[in-house]
Amino acid sequence: MDRAERTALFTAVTFLGIFFGLLVYAAKGMNVDVPTCITDVKPFTEGKVIQHAPNRYEIHYLARMWYFEPSDVEIPAGSTVDIYLTSADVIHGFHIDGTNVNLMAIPGTVAYARVKFDKPGVYHIVCHEYCGIGHQDMATKIVVK
Amino acid sequence: MRVDSSIRTVIVGEIVFAIVLLIFGIYHGLMQVLYRAGVIKSMSFLGIEYYQGLTLHGVINVIVFTTIVIVALGNAVFLYYLQKPLRPAVQWTSFIMMVVGTLMAAWAMFTGKANVLYTFYPPLVAHWTFYVGAALLLVGSVIPLFFDWLPNYVSWRRENPDKKVPLAVYGMLINHIMWVIMLVPVVIEVLFQLLPLSLGLVQEVNPSLARTLFWAFGHPVVYFWLLPAYVMLYTVLPKVVTGDGKLYSDGAARLVFILFLIFSFPVGLHHQFTEPGITNNYKLIHSLFTFGVAVPSMLTAFTVAASLEYSIKSKYPELKNSLFYWWTKIPYISLEGDKWLVSYFMAGLFLFFVGGVTGIINASYNMNLVVHNTSFVPGHFHTTVGGLVTLVFLGMSLYLVSKLTGKDIKFKGLAVIAPWLWWQGMLIFEYAMSVAGIHGFPRRTNTGLTYLNPDSPLYRPEWVGYAELSVFAGVLIVIGFVLWAISFFGTLLSSPVREPVLELPSAEAYHDEKMPALQKLTPWVVFSSLLFLVSYIPPLYDVTKRGVFFDSPGYNDKSPVPITKPPASSKSE
Ligand code: HEM
Ligand SMILES: [Cu+2]
Ligand SMILES: [Cu+2]
Repeated sequence: MDRAERTALFTAVTFLGIFFGLLVYAAKGMNVDVPTCITDVKPFTEGKVIQHAPNRYEIHYLARMWYFEPSDVEIPAGSTVDIYLTSADVIHGFHIDGTNVNLMAIPGTVAYARVKFDKPGVYHIVCHEYCGIGHQDMATKIVVK
Repeated sequence: MRVDSSIRTVIVGEIVFAIVLLIFGIYHGLMQVLYRAGVIKSMSFLGIEYYQGLTLHGVINVIVFTTIVIVALGNAVFLYYLQKPLRPAVQWTSFIMMVVGTLMAAWAMFTGKANVLYTFYPPLVAHWTFYVGAALLLVGSVIPLFFDWLPNYVSWRRENPDKKVPLAVYGMLINHIMWVIMLVPVVIEVLFQLLPLSLGLVQEVNPSLARTLFWAFGHPVVYFWLLPAYVMLYTVLPKVVTGDGKLYSDGAARLVFILFLIFSFPVGLHHQFTEPGITNNYKLIHSLFTFGVAVPSMLTAFTVAASLEYSIKSKYPELKNSLFYWWTKIPYISLEGDKWLVSYFMAGLFLFFVGGVTGIINASYNMNLVVHNTSFVPGHFHTTVGGLVTLVFLGMSLYLVSKLTGKDIKFKGLAVIAPWLWWQGMLIFEYAMSVAGIHGFPRRTNTGLTYLNPDSPLYRPEWVGYAELSVFAGVLIVIGFVLWAISFFGTLLSSPVREPVLELPSAEAYHDEKMPALQKLTPWVVFSSLLFLVSYIPPLYDVTKRGVFFDSPGYNDKSPVPITKPPASSKSE
């Protein structure tokens, strides 16, 4: 390898190293992490909203062909929400627009994410994994007051 | 070199068969942008549903078209560089299996019995002919490796003990060995999970396990598409750019192939970042390896640019000290000799640059939360597989067919313009899809019916502009493809003007080091397979033992009632 090649390789690896370092920092230092394997909540068969404190909520989302349970949810601004998600049939997607909540609903498993809604507004949730003929109708929302 | 006419028929047949199918694939690409923007506001058009068309688009373009063209290119490379005849019996067996497999899967898809998209995630199930067809296609594609290429390679090595095997052979061989390794998980998924489910032999499968096995194949497969394009970038592009250019470094090119062999496999979890059931630290490790697999592509960027610079500067010595000006001397649009091919390579490379950047974004673990399953992702891969890979394959297909049939390239002007229209279209497409994706525009969705329909309660006006832009882009790409097709079929149907031969432009190396550590492939193959296995033990443990509580019955796309299990018994879960 000549010098130019070594320089190119070194530059490439350095850049990638910096990127990777930053994303590890975001994940472990700033808690922007991806879903993990959870075993404390078992797959459920109905959706529900549980309020633990004035601004602490837990929502169990059940994805079905082709709607979400519960449908529209209303919560006060500043709430922290623990979201649990499972599917009653095939694989679905779950993306809350404008947040980092991006999950897959896989039957037999439970996905989890925590999100804090500071700004009031309408947060649209779309199913973004193909789940059959009605997939384009599958959406719901969280209204933050 | 002259080629046995039976072998010629197979290679040309493979290319033409793949291209004829690609026409259907591209047609559905155009339909999709129209549906998504709400230009077609309907569930189906001409009897084909949106998701059925999307299945056809995905399966044809990236499973059938790529695989068959790669086998054809492999045949050409092994034949031309080793100068050892291919065996007609082997070649015909492989070709016929691929055709029969494709037709079986096509029957299921065209009749709507397999609206499962090209990733066929259970518990959606397709008709069994879809899986058997796909399996036949894949098995057919590995036959030449075992019965033609490897034996020829081994005897070439024996006859030339102290020569390096030609770079093109080296790259293609690694590529097809990788292909065999990556097929193992998907074959397990199809044979032991999906086929039994669709035949009704079992009532339930584990969808998380199926996805994990699928992506253990689904990531490396993108390198299976890419590496043949890289082989051509290393050997063909430097040669044709000036007529006698050189590859900057042979050693660097070989190192790149070995790095792909090592890093392509332990990375599949980057498609599953947002999934439950898999511990996030395993995902982080796969993310790290994914960054590793970016290195060989960056090294390729260097080597290809250096080869271009070296080749251009040796033709124009007055540019010796130019830093950037030599870029303007590349024959981007030239009808002289084989220089028309340069358009395909350069347009592809410019797209691939964008694809590389967006790919690193996808791979960046938590950043994936912003883009996963949005239109950002199709934006990305239309510049990689739909960009560099397809353009190189279209260019090489035209080139090989003209040589192998002894015909002149017809409508060469159109053939030179085509990749630039394609390039422009894909660039706009990528922009529209990616930016919309960052705003949450989902992929795999007939958005024209709801999200982009002003009459629907789900209407999302902020996505409209991007979807309309992608219609414009789609039309440009299709025009580019049509120009290419006019030239291709014009050439194919014209009468021969010279003797049919097999020829591949092949650049010599400027730096030609020995690098003995890279010449023996077996240790690298063993190492890479072990790494593959080890990197998958923890996630497989998760999706079989820890994170998945029960298996699921199969469904079809039309109804929420399971089809593989009586509804009564499914209640007891
Ligand atoms: C005229 C050219 C093309 C257009 C307009 C086009 C358009 C599209 C669109 C809009 C989608 C997204 C559909 C959705 O997510 O709902 C898509 C998906 C896709 N395209 Fe293309 N495409 C074209 C060419 C190609 C080519 C040449 C390839 C590969 C060789 C390709 C491979 C794919 C794949 C693999 C998907 C994903 C399918 C899936 O998500 O199941 N496309 N295309
Ligand atoms: Cu859904
Ligand atoms: Cu990947």
